[in-house]
Amino acid sequence: MPMDAVRRLVTPLRNSPVTSHYPESGPLLQFATRGLPMVDQHRCNGEGSPASACIRSCPTGAILAAPPDAASKAPSIDAGRCIFCAECVSACPSSAIAMTWRSELSRTDRAQLVERPVEIDPGISASEGSNIADHLATTRADDERTRTQIIGRLGRSLHVRHLDAGSCNGCDWEIAALLNPYHDVQRLGIDFVASPRHADLLLVTGVMTRNLEEAANRTYQAMPEPRLVVAVGACAIGGGVFAGSPQTGDGATSRLPVDVFVPGCPPRPEAIIQGLLMAVHLRGSGIGDAAGSGGANAGSEAPAGPAKAPQ
Amino acid sequence: MSEHDAAAEVLVAVTLREPGEPVSATAIREALALHLDHSVSPTAPGASGDLLVPVMREELTAAIEALLELDATHVMLTAFCLAGPRVGRSPRVQAGLAVEEVMAVPNGPLVRLRIVLPADDPSYQSITPLVPAAQWDEREARDLHGVTPVGHPDPRPLVIHDAGTTPASAAAPASSSAATPASADAAVPSPYAPPPAAPAAPEPTVPPTTAPTVPDVAPYRAFVAHGDGVYQLPVGPIHAGVIEPGHFRFSAVGESVLYLDARLFYAHRGIERMVEGRPFAGALPVIERACGVCTVTHATAYSRAVEELTGTVPPARAQMGRVLLAEMERLYNHVGDLGNICAGVGFNYGISRLGFQKERLLRLNERLTGHRYLMGVVAPGGLRLELDERGLVGLGSLVTDIEHEVRATVRHIVRSEGVMNRLHTTGILTNAEARRLGALGVAARASGQACDLRIDRPTDGYREIQVASVGASSGDVAARFHVRAQEVGVSAAIVADLAGRIPDGEISVPLGREPRSGEVALAGAEGPRGASWIWLMAGPKGTVARLHLRSASFANWPIVAAVVPGNIVPDFPLINKSFELCYACTDR
Ligand code: SF4
Repeated sequence: MPMDAVRRLVTPLRNSPVTSHYPESGPLLQFATRGLPMVDQHRCNGEGSPASACIRSCPTGAILAAPPDAASKAPSIDAGRCIFCAECVSACPSSAIAMTWRSELSRTDRAQLVERPVEIDPGISASEGSNIADHLATTRADDERTRTQIIGRLGRSLHVRHLDAGSCNGCDWEIAALLNPYHDVQRLGIDFVASPRHADLLLVTGVMTRNLEEAANRTYQAMPEPRLVVAVGACAIGGGVFAGSPQTGDGATSRLPVDVFVPGCPPRPEAIIQGLLMAVHLRGSGIGDAAGSGGANAGSEAPAGPAKAPQ
Repeated sequence: MSEHDAAAEVLVAVTLREPGEPVSATAIREALALHLDHSVSPTAPGASGDLLVPVMREELTAAIEALLELDATHVMLTAFCLAGPRVGRSPRVQAGLAVEEVMAVPNGPLVRLRIVLPADDPSYQSITPLVPAAQWDEREARDLHGVTPVGHPDPRPLVIHDAGTTPASAAAPASSSAATPASADAAVPSPYAPPPAAPAAPEPTVPPTTAPTVPDVAPYRAFVAHGDGVYQLPVGPIHAGVIEPGHFRFSAVGESVLYLDARLFYAHRGIERMVEGRPFAGALPVIERACGVCTVTHATAYSRAVEELTGTVPPARAQMGRVLLAEMERLYNHVGDLGNICAGVGFNYGISRLGFQKERLLRLNERLTGHRYLMGVVAPGGLRLELDERGLVGLGSLVTDIEHEVRATVRHIVRSEGVMNRLHTTGILTNAEARRLGALGVAARASGQACDLRIDRPTDGYREIQVASVGASSGDVAARFHVRAQEVGVSAAIVADLAGRIPDGEISVPLGREPRSGEVALAGAEGPRGASWIWLMAGPKGTVARLHLRSASFANWPIVAAVVPGNIVPDFPLINKSFELCYACTDR
């Protein structure tokens, strides 16, 4: 029916574009958004022992006691394990832990996912403190810098293959959301391909179940080199809430050489874009390029070395 | 208004509900006594009103026949070790395994038929020939608990793909069991190692140091058709799109599918075993993540099971809040699924417009709870986190606006002949088959089966609101599309109604009494994909002794495989998307 075809053409013209400008503009957060919690080392009563209320309350073991020789006994938070449940916030007897909105937490080094406690003026309550806003502003500025860098590097398109290695489906839906008109990763030159043979990058979600080990491994092997691996979500990074189940490995990291870690449970689409752009940056800087170029995983099945400086 | 609109109206106007007489426990007891030739003594109804009927293992089929005469439907079958898991150093009291078949009598209670099997011969007569809906339940119980359904038509492993081929890695290490009698354990070839003590200390700086190895995997014995011109088409487990893992083996002639063998459970994480021995609250984050897009459904079913065990009544605000969250979950899932059906026929207009509306709904979720998929809010005793007032303000009008947009897009889709040609008469699930195979949720309602837990067995705030029942009769992809589209309207109306009048007050109460060890509660919740049930047995000191989660996707997957033959191969993605099942909560 021609009229209907016309209607289908005209309807979209009546709407203004809805697409986000991320990463030029920040992610669309809500007031209630739960991001990575933050520990105020002045308010912390300094026990920092495994018996501390926060460490016992955390369902994923994301709160790490301070090393014995550290100046402050306040614990650190491992963004790679945190599921942003806010359990620790209510468990802390001295209100030293507060939720923040921080959700773009991608790193190229697993160790850098561990966030040290922050220094906040002791006079200010953790929930209302304006210093928290200051602190967030600095991390924001850092994020902005990373973005400018990675955008500068985005000289070519990136072909991504998604691999579900046994997830709860949450990360996968956030990855699918990247293709909706709001996030629309194609505007950044990133697209999803059907075959690993066409892919530059493997976007892995899930814990790596026993039943999937072989398929996941074959998918990785089928990719042409250079190849990058991005682990999306707490499960892929370290098993998440499923860590320790006999039916699973502890994340994609247990089987594949991961280049970029994207924390979250699930990470919001903007965080996944950040991780992908970070991988583009890695690629631009030569890591993962020709075999033997010093790239950690290039040209061999041996997994990546631990540190790849993000500069 | 075109003839397509008219057709759509007719399609959804079918009435599904016929109110029946309530069936009492006595009637059920009499029916059972008649078939078993002796009287049965069900235990007094528990808090959830369900009947536990212990029967001899030889009598199970007769008891099921009795219930089938009352029009009972299969809910779940689960197996468990009678002694319960070892918690701390408390000794096991009894060796042996039990199997429970749970059936729902319409307008009556749930009946739990329990048989006890000796540890040295854990076998019983398979019920699948009588109750085809139990086919996967029985195979799962065989894989995970070592009970043998004698006469089950499908002898292949279901959940543990390498069951029986890698005994070395599968056998439970015998450490730490010295203090307890090992009799039950030794007899049960459980594929699991003992439950982990506590999450291991994280070691964030350890990248893998060995090359990935290919594990030994038994070759898969697919069921295939044979004959002239029949070829096999293997697909998966890694698919071309952003989809979860599953392997499909088509036997096809030309384009037509003769037989489809689906092999799932690639995403099996063993969560039921993981949560054993955990305190009630500690199991919640895991149960919630059985499926990332039915989090409210599963958290609610689990919370209600715990509340029944502990005699807890959540406060009014939590009860209504749960309804609001469940309807938000249904909304974003249904809107996304309507878009995905468009993806199944490559109709980009629908994909992108509905995809954006889904994104708006996820944003509202985040405004309300801080999480786009509503995780971490529903908990035993009520709600864990307060609903954000800023999220409630204007929620009703925003959802109504989204619903208008969705309706407009659906109208455009329905008027597009190219799309509707693909949807009509594709993937037909007849009413009789839906009933025989135990379909749930949208799939059942689109085939003329009335089944909606919100109406049949209302809980929480659903007791206080009216849920309009929606259905269709043709059972094809178009019917499922229309039912979803109508349910978007129903859910949006509920949200618009509730958003402004969630009662004030507490959001949670502490759990009541500590349940006796071995007490069982059953609770269900109607999710976007249908009814998900939790069977929960309490352990000592408020812990989980055993938990079974039967999700709606688990019930509907075998039906997808049964519906596809007779259609062409390219229609499989479309049929699959019209059922829109989740692999994660099937595999668990
Ligand atoms: S928010 Fe939850 S997962 Fe994250 S550190 Fe706190 S308790 Fe652990």
